Amino acid sequence: MSTALSHHWHARRREWLLAAIIALIVLAVGWRAPVFLSARNALDIGNDSAILVILVMGQMLVLLTRGVDLSVASNLALTGMLCALAARAWPGIPLAVLLLMACAIGALLGAVNGWLIMRFSLPPIVVTLGTLSAYRGAIFVASGGAWISDHEIHPLIKGLPREEWLGLPALIWFAFAVALATAWLLRWRREGRELYAYGGNPHAALYAGIPVRQRLVMAYTLSGLLAGLAGLLWVGRYSIAFTELASGYELTVIAACVIGGVSIGGGVGTIAGALLGVLFIGVVNGALPVIQVSPFWQQAIAGAVILVSVVLNARADRTQGRQILDKSLHKAQGAAA
Amino acid sequence: MKALDTWERILIALIVLVYLGFGLGIDGFFTPYALADSTYNFSEKALIALAMALLVIGGEIDLSIAATMALASMAMGFAMKAGAGTATMVLAALATGAACGALNGWLVTRWKLPSIVVTIGTLSLYRGLAQVVLGDQAITGYPETLVTWGNGYLGDLLDLPWLIVPIEFAVMLVAALLVGLFLHATVHGRRIYAIGANATAARFSGIAVDRYRMGLFVFAGVMAALAAVLLTGRIGSTRPNLAMGWELDAVTIVILGGVSILGGKGSVVGTMLAAVLLGSFTFAMGMLNVTGIVVSMVVGGLLIVAMVLPLYLRRFMARVRPAAPVRGSFS
Repeated sequence: MSTALSHHWHARRREWLLAAIIALIVLAVGWRAPVFLSARNALDIGNDSAILVILVMGQMLVLLTRGVDLSVASNLALTGMLCALAARAWPGIPLAVLLLMACAIGALLGAVNGWLIMRFSLPPIVVTLGTLSAYRGAIFVASGGAWISDHEIHPLIKGLPREEWLGLPALIWFAFAVALATAWLLRWRREGRELYAYGGNPHAALYAGIPVRQRLVMAYTLSGLLAGLAGLLWVGRYSIAFTELASGYELTVIAACVIGGVSIGGGVGTIAGALLGVLFIGVVNGALPVIQVSPFWQQAIAGAVILVSVVLNARADRTQGRQILDKSLHKAQGAAA
Repeated sequence: MKALDTWERILIALIVLVYLGFGLGIDGFFTPYALADSTYNFSEKALIALAMALLVIGGEIDLSIAATMALASMAMGFAMKAGAGTATMVLAALATGAACGALNGWLVTRWKLPSIVVTIGTLSLYRGLAQVVLGDQAITGYPETLVTWGNGYLGDLLDLPWLIVPIEFAVMLVAALLVGLFLHATVHGRRIYAIGANATAARFSGIAVDRYRMGLFVFAGVMAALAAVLLTGRIGSTRPNLAMGWELDAVTIVILGGVSILGGKGSVVGTMLAAVLLGSFTFAMGMLNVTGIVVSMVVGGLLIVAMVLPLYLRRFMARVRPAAPVRGSFS
């Protein structure tokens, strides 16, 4: 019981540390350039981070099961393209149908991943590596390699991310709703708890009667569904759809998870941590142009931060491991040996 | 182990099918120069796939291998700008590659981190550094020697005009032979299998697991640098997006070559065959004016089929010959 509590407190401490670092960056940059502290800028960073939040929530579900979904960016681009094409072909399409379509296509693509992984017990990294290429190529096949540019994108798709409800942009509302729903799933729903259980120990989860296969497919389907939703929003926000859209973005998504303390090893991670991971990336990306550092630094900084945060995590885990070991027992064993 | 397993035979059959099918279908495919040109498509990728195969067999992975290539190529460019000779330039590239690999290895062994996380991080870091230093610039103007290594034929070098074998292809063959001998005919190779199959058991049987892991990552860096030297010579310039996405190609080659992503299984022959298969397929599709992105879609599908098919085959064989003994690993 005490270890569980200390573990809980420990995870929280990590999140406070990350929050403090983010606050420090914001204050330091704001001191150099006060415009960074304006509400306008905060809104910009929120808007830029919203789509990442949606993707990170899906990726987190998959990471919890010891898997990884490398196909999210391709899924996003394919769904976005298909929605843009559909809206161009049928201009009278209602927004609700578009949203439903984005979620359905995304979920279907995700379910294919989940099915392959579950049915043939294949390693998730290889399956999603394959579908990463396959989905990306499908965009080219669907669009014939053509770009769908600003004037061809349906006004409803373009309008959706620019909508404002209660003074906040729709994108932020979407991110908020997705984060809330994921939190509800992971904290209050049996299915969510079972994801943690499976990631913590797959064999034990199986013996405990958890429907392991359904949970795996569920995690990948939800990750795909959220990627599809993100695809519609992405195409609307940047009002363009083309084959290379969001290419390589899956690494940013995984980076945000890792920075936020979601373990690649499965079973560990909190919504608050993942959100802080997204916020960190958003703040760094927003701060670089303000302090006139070349945007080329973005990727290098993200890489360095990933490495530092996983090393810190590893150190934290190690000290915890030592505490579990009784020192007197350890000595006795040493003497016996 | 047997030199040719079922999987390797399937790969050979597919390669023959590709060359015969496209050879009869496309005019000018069976000329010696077209055949020689088709090897450029896979020679450099095969070099990094070899290192990747060793890593995956040993239970690790290096996703930063293509980003390492970019840094190694950059080091070469800066050595040239500083007035260094060709030998020093190559040395600079190899040293950079080794350093990148050593950082990966240090993070994995010292901090006990999963290599996939570490190398996703260093992928961002290395590629990011290349972007920071180069911006949107390119380094060009490489010496003639390098360009020859990248584009020339072995025959030009040995003064035998009939020998139309690209130098890159020869380098690949030599590297494959050396790595194959190392993996399949030395005790070190057997130990890599042991580590990949069960690292804990390997450690308890007295294998210096971390030292091998470190060695494999440094080797991957060096091979990336070698591939970078050839690629830079071939295209004649260094850009920050050099070899972008090749880490996924290398992993695809390795998996398609029959190496288990879970470690402990696989062969150099299979990896090389997969490299040739993918390269020749891509080249033939290029001659047919099929866009690269469609080819990569087919390759992505192939990757999944390559994993699903053996499972079906095994089940099918079990039904046909119920009494046949269950085969163990590849070894």
